[in-house]
Amino acid sequence: MALTVIAQQPVMQEHPEAYPKADIQYGARLYGEHCDRCHGANGAGVSGVNLASGKFRSATTDGQLKMVITNGFPTAGMPPFRFDTADLTGLVAWLRNMNSIDRGSMKAGDPARGRAIFEGKAACGSCHRVNGKGSRKGPDLSDIGTLRSAGYFERILVDPNGQLLPINRPVHVVTREGKAVDGRRLNEDTYTVQMVDGEGHLQSFVKANLREFRISTKSAMTSYRGELQPDELADLVAYMLTLKGVL
Amino acid sequence: MTLRRYLGMALLAAGSLAAQNTVTPQRLLEASKEPGNWLTYSGDYSSHRYSGLAKITPANVKGLGLAWVYQSPVAGSWEATPLVVDGVMYITQRPNDVVALDAATGRVFWSYRYNNLEDPRVCCGANNRGLGVLGDTLFMGTLDASLVALDRHNGHLLWKTRVAEAKAGYSITVAPLVVKDKVIVGVGGGEWGIRGFIAAYSAATGKELWRFYTVPGPGEPGHETWLPCPTDSKEYCDPEAWKHGGASVWVTGSYDPATNLTYWGTGNAGPDYNPVQRPGDNLYTASVVALDTDTGKLRWHYQFTPGDRYDYDAVQVPVLADIQFQGKPVKAMLWANRNGNYYVLDRVTGKFLLGKPFIKVNWMSGFDTNGRPIQTPQPVGQPTYPGLQGGTNWYSPSYSPRTGLMYFPIWEDQAIVFSRIPVAYREGNGFGGGGFQPFVPSVGDPKKGIPTAAGVPNLRRGPINDWTDAAGHGAMLAVDPATGEPKWKFSMTDVTDVGAVTTASDLLFTGGREGYMQVLHARTGELLWKRNLGAQMLNSPITFEAGGKQYVAVMAGLGLFVFGLPE
Ligand code: HEC
Ligand code: HEC
Repeated sequence: MALTVIAQQPVMQEHPEAYPKADIQYGARLYGEHCDRCHGANGAGVSGVNLASGKFRSATTDGQLKMVITNGFPTAGMPPFRFDTADLTGLVAWLRNMNSIDRGSMKAGDPARGRAIFEGKAACGSCHRVNGKGSRKGPDLSDIGTLRSAGYFERILVDPNGQLLPINRPVHVVTREGKAVDGRRLNEDTYTVQMVDGEGHLQSFVKANLREFRISTKSAMTSYRGELQPDELADLVAYMLTLKGVL
Repeated sequence: MTLRRYLGMALLAAGSLAAQNTVTPQRLLEASKEPGNWLTYSGDYSSHRYSGLAKITPANVKGLGLAWVYQSPVAGSWEATPLVVDGVMYITQRPNDVVALDAATGRVFWSYRYNNLEDPRVCCGANNRGLGVLGDTLFMGTLDASLVALDRHNGHLLWKTRVAEAKAGYSITVAPLVVKDKVIVGVGGGEWGIRGFIAAYSAATGKELWRFYTVPGPGEPGHETWLPCPTDSKEYCDPEAWKHGGASVWVTGSYDPATNLTYWGTGNAGPDYNPVQRPGDNLYTASVVALDTDTGKLRWHYQFTPGDRYDYDAVQVPVLADIQFQGKPVKAMLWANRNGNYYVLDRVTGKFLLGKPFIKVNWMSGFDTNGRPIQTPQPVGQPTYPGLQGGTNWYSPSYSPRTGLMYFPIWEDQAIVFSRIPVAYREGNGFGGGGFQPFVPSVGDPKKGIPTAAGVPNLRRGPINDWTDAAGHGAMLAVDPATGEPKWKFSMTDVTDVGAVTTASDLLFTGGREGYMQVLHARTGELLWKRNLGAQMLNSPITFEAGGKQYVAVMAGLGLFVFGLPE
């Protein structure tokens, strides 16, 4: 006797307010570059398909939409796309909001200005490394534009504590000899901890040999809220979206 | 509004425990002066695989215990040599991952995955033999024939240079050799009809600086050794044989600052087994080439196996040693070759000084006065000694200036019945040109083989040694470098692909396919310590220091095992 189990896929309803403005903006730009020519500015360029309607024949969840964009419909005429996480997050955010937002009304950041702020007044390079330049204290950002998303960049600049990835938490140790070392956590187990210190050097400690060992939940990156203007933050986000690594 | 960023920076700054200094060209030149580190594939530019460390001694080695193990997540033979720089160990694992670990605990700092672009064509699996280092950068060749540079402190990709076309059978498995401001690599693909080369790249930018083709083109010296096809040839002969003539490079070369020459061994001619379709000596296959490090220009060469038909790659590590030879000091190159002979060459001029079989050899009967082997091909169907895997192979030798002995792993009594078949070159297709049957002599009539006996296969098999020593067995051999006379031999039942490292306390660390890590006395060959690691070893051990303690690292199966003395 065979027992048939019909799995009920949980359907996630995504709400427009869940999509950060920066993602919608970035997605709108990508849409203009890659999708417009077939789907049209209003999303109705392909017969039988209305991307702006909020309903898709071939996808329900955001994850499925990302799959549709990645795989395309080669026989029906849509090519597969090789988008990274940041791109897909943006495109989906845009598709979900096409009907309520006018693409022309959105002012995107300027990556060149963002780079100048990154290297200049914001001194991001005093903690971060990009393409072989800057400090290794913070994470290397050379390919951060493929790994995260516009919305995440927008948030971390004004609320680093809220975005601090647990693995990145600051470590403070004092060795038996009394030497204090601060750094960013790279790895940890019951007996040892690995981190990158203030000079960007790799350090490993056996906890039993430490006099003090503390992990902080407070980001070593301070907030730029109020220190940079909204358009400067948008410029930084735009710049980070261009950091796609070495090809 | 003032920015508080610089304050944050000051708070984060703190002294580092281990001094992690940049790896200057000078440090690489004097690598043997810092034995706690392992800075190049063979330990130093002269490729002695000898360490000045001496805390582990013949007297205390019995106390050797497991310090830590790192397990590769990817199955397959593991042939890499780690680098150790100021307490951080850098390894490669399949297919082209790089991992940075704490050398004292084996805990991982970062790992990097290289995504090979296409399905690479490699004869023998997704092998990679290791990294090069300069400054704050690591260098790795990839299976899809690119060269990548990584930030050694965080594993981020700095540049990538395409070296050759993977779809045409090119790959890089060799650990790069870094000299001055250059990263030198060679290409694999001897079974795919490549035209081999060695090339140097700018460590800073990845730009190619020079390229030396190991098969010379028309008009270049050596091209004349690719003879025109005879007009009356009854068999297939390829008039453009040189274009896919092989001479791959898959084991790291050496460097002599005094001559500014870099020395590299080259692989078999292509196709492997059918010399009839590529008449001539086929330079510079199965040879050693001495190149000017700044320009890549050939200074001299010596061909170990002219017109090779046995896949006798000369991809051994060139050992550079200053020895007494027939009463005179000689800047020598010591070379135990896959073809079964031990050689001494003058590394300044390339002059042949000595050639002497170290195992049973029947493909040649001796040398003429120029050092050219007098070849004696065996009749069709008869076994050739040594067989396909050779008398030795890519396994690293060791030279101890303390004992004055040269050490290398050997395969004894292993034979193959070779056959040849014409093969037309097609890009991306296998280019063997024949085959090989293992030969296990029958007891009653040793000239005949047992047709169904398991012969010595390539690299992998299960834990039961079903070919047994009747099909060949391994040993670690110590010879007088000037004469090739054996000083001692440590025999194993199974064969061995494991090189050696010797130390300033006269220890020799090695292993084999049986899975034993073994510590021998470098002066006598006496077994001092062994441990069953449960899977075959395929890399060559290294020794290093972390936190003031000496360790030995070996790979067996998917494990990187690190041993040290108790606290
Ligand atoms: C070359 C023309 C072309 C381009 C460019 C193109 N598409 Fe399409 N797309 C199509 C066609 C045609 C279909 C309908 C396929 C079918 O009917 O099966 C489609 C279908 C879709 C669907 C499924 C609609 C549904 O109702 O299920 C989505 C979502 C989509 N496209 C998104 C995108 C995005 C996002 C881009 C830009 C990154 C893009 N497309 C670029 C031609 C294109
Ligand atoms: C005082 C040092 C410091 C400065 C200055 C700094 N950061 Fe950071 N940043 C960090 C650290 C440490 C982390 C990792 C821990 C965390 O997330 O808090 C981090 C994390 C990040 C991340 C997330 C990385 C990831 O892997 O997700 C981004 C993006 C980022 N920073 C961007 C910036 C930008 C842009 C600037 C300049 C406007 C900047 N940072 C300035 C220290 C700094």
